[in-house]
Amino acid sequence: MTQQLITDAQNTWCPGCGNFAIQHAIKDVILRLESEGIPREMIVLVAGIGCHAKMADYLNINSLYTLHGRAVSFATGICMTNPDLHVICCLGDGDTYAEGIAHLLFAAKRNVNMTVLVHNNRVYGLTGGQVTPTSPTGYHGKSNPYESTEISFNPLSLLLSAGCSFVARGYTQRQKELTELIYAGIKHSGFSCIDILQICATFMNKTKEYDEQTYIPDDHDPEDFDAACRLVREYPYTTSGKIALGVVYREKREVFHVGTPYKQQEYSNTELFVRRFIDGRR
Amino acid sequence: MNECSVLIGGKAGDGINVAGQIIARIFTSLGYYVYMYYDYPSLIRGGHNFSMIRACTHPVGAYRSEIDILLAMDPTTLRRHQTKCKPDALIIYNSDTVQSDTGSGVPLKTIVEQNKGLAIMENTAMIGALASALGMEWDAIASIITHEMRKSTEKNLDIARAAFQLQAEKKELRRIGESPGILISGNEAVSLGLLSAGLNGYIAYPMSPSSGILHFLAASSHETGIQVFHPESEIAVITIAEGMAYAGAKAAVGTSGGGFCLMTEALSMAGMAEIPLTVILAQRSGPSTGTPTYTAQSDLHFAIHAGHGDFPRFVFAPGDSQQAFEWAGHALSLSWQFQVPSILMTDKTLAEGLYTVPPEFLQAHPPDSVLVTEVREEYRRYQDTDDGISPYASPPLSGAVIKGNSKSHDERGMSVDEAAPISAMTLKQMKKIRFMEEAVSQLNPVHISGNADSDVCLISWGSNAPLCREAAQTLGIKSIQPIVIHPFPEQEMHAAVKDSAMTFLLEDNYSGQLADICEAHGISINIRLPRFDGRPCTIDQLIENLRGRIK
Repeated sequence: MTQQLITDAQNTWCPGCGNFAIQHAIKDVILRLESEGIPREMIVLVAGIGCHAKMADYLNINSLYTLHGRAVSFATGICMTNPDLHVICCLGDGDTYAEGIAHLLFAAKRNVNMTVLVHNNRVYGLTGGQVTPTSPTGYHGKSNPYESTEISFNPLSLLLSAGCSFVARGYTQRQKELTELIYAGIKHSGFSCIDILQICATFMNKTKEYDEQTYIPDDHDPEDFDAACRLVREYPYTTSGKIALGVVYREKREVFHVGTPYKQQEYSNTELFVRRFIDGRR
Repeated sequence: MNECSVLIGGKAGDGINVAGQIIARIFTSLGYYVYMYYDYPSLIRGGHNFSMIRACTHPVGAYRSEIDILLAMDPTTLRRHQTKCKPDALIIYNSDTVQSDTGSGVPLKTIVEQNKGLAIMENTAMIGALASALGMEWDAIASIITHEMRKSTEKNLDIARAAFQLQAEKKELRRIGESPGILISGNEAVSLGLLSAGLNGYIAYPMSPSSGILHFLAASSHETGIQVFHPESEIAVITIAEGMAYAGAKAAVGTSGGGFCLMTEALSMAGMAEIPLTVILAQRSGPSTGTPTYTAQSDLHFAIHAGHGDFPRFVFAPGDSQQAFEWAGHALSLSWQFQVPSILMTDKTLAEGLYTVPPEFLQAHPPDSVLVTEVREEYRRYQDTDDGISPYASPPLSGAVIKGNSKSHDERGMSVDEAAPISAMTLKQMKKIRFMEEAVSQLNPVHISGNADSDVCLISWGSNAPLCREAAQTLGIKSIQPIVIHPFPEQEMHAAVKDSAMTFLLEDNYSGQLADICEAHGISINIRLPRFDGRPCTIDQLIENLRGRIK
């Protein structure tokens, strides 16, 4: 039996990396789910490629360590096949807001029953500090030493437009709230996406900025779509503006499904169909 | 006549494909084997479409250069195809729209209008006229129309009868016996073969000429119960399918060259993560967008080498609907047996062609269960074994942690950077190749026909195989078709060409891709017969070409 939730793999995140906070939040959520009777083997972690993705090596649970940008799509296949599994995706901002943006928005549109955690450190860490879709305007990495006029994506705004049925924002220095958000995301029936502001200790340490600007709104109604849109506009992923944390938007919507999940399929149905088809052509 | 070639042509949207299928059905009801080739440009309405239907006393998968019966629904058909008519050919034309000095005019439009039918029912009238010309009894054609046209059956029968009675000129074809088999397209055969091998899910993005599989499996999914889905891109297609396989479902994807290009990164992941996956690669002419609705066999090197890094895979190339059914099943089963990707290559000629197959040749391959369902010791997803095949389990498996990984990994599926585990995992994965070769050698990977004693060999692959089988039979030479292309069936191919004094290789590409592969394996190809105009060779062109060269 595998009791330990953390594997024996050597951890190679930088000291002070925001990923540790996310790792511990996930660990706490898994323990809570187990205490509620959800066995560990019912959980699958799907990771992209980047610093965030090392989570697949570090957590001792089922995992599929996939390709840069494609994790949500692999996870969609898992959700289709076995809807009883709890599927958690760990993604990076370069990973899912750049290379894999289409898969993210389509999974939101479809309301695939998974929980997406975006480790949004707003920079490519593992490849050396290049600019990502959520790097603030004016950020210069090694790949854009001279030009930086692009504006940032506002991922929460994008997700709301795409029909995401659970949109939230967390911050790695507010671990208790982050753990609650991940738990709420997993409990949400449908596609939940939590954009996690994560400091990159090496290339993008925004601890001071985030500490000053983040807040938890006390009168926000997450079922009010217009209020959610207004709330996410407060912070366009530049350097200024109030940054609301918590569940931004939540709605009940039919969960994505296709045909009959494979364990309920019967071979005799396909076999009979083939025979019927052949006989019908005689 | 002991064989008959019919060409029916009209505008796109006129239902020429369906009309061709019903004509094919007429011929099988008279006891003939049939092959139908459907030619159409990439557009929805207008343009010029035609179907060529050839009926023979022997199994057939090729068409002739000349026509016995031309059915002209519009003036373009007559103008473009009259030159292909044999001197004694029968021409039946729509006298409401076509002017002709020869042949039989039938006022299709008038007949349909008198019966208050839809414009598309002009085909029904033409079929009635053809049946009469062939010398069929009314009851025989009425029964086919009743079977094939489930909607507005009475109206179609009235329309067919009117044309049947008007058509006086004959081109009789004797009924020679019971129907030799059912008519089935390559795409249908692939679909049925996958289903009969236990397919759980089919994921695809529309792309000619593979879309027929998606449409067939989607339409039948309420009966089969399988999961069929069309997502946002080919990248989503293959990654969803691999997610399904990780979760235990037997999944296949289908596409053509351009879509397969997009899939290659994830194909490579299937190699590294040892995810079973079947890819149906229906080729069309390229490079790039090429000619979407015309044929080619120019993706062979690509299929064998697609994806970065070294990993084992299967590449199969069936030649007709019977082989497509059989090898689609093998592709799915073998990919699961060995936990490797398998690629089943077809092409436009096969995918959208219609072939007669005796139903007894369409036997299911029931799936073997390969999943681990309980854990006895610590589960290791990539455990090293004698044959390199690790135990396959899908979540949830109590007491086990199942780690699939696209990165270099150890037996548990944990990422590694160190030299020793990297090479150990490569050796484990490559160990499978010898067993894969043994497995396919049990399945008759090289098909030989014609005169087995001849010292002239004609090699072909894919949809050219039935064409070459017939040419070899006619010329008394030997036809060789490797159905398994990779891992290359070296022993069987060497045995097949052992006594060859002269070896030809026909394929629908410029460079001679299979010829290069044969030569790399020490099999000399004396004469390459490349074809790269999007059209399959006719049997007459091939025979004439070979006759002039055989010494």
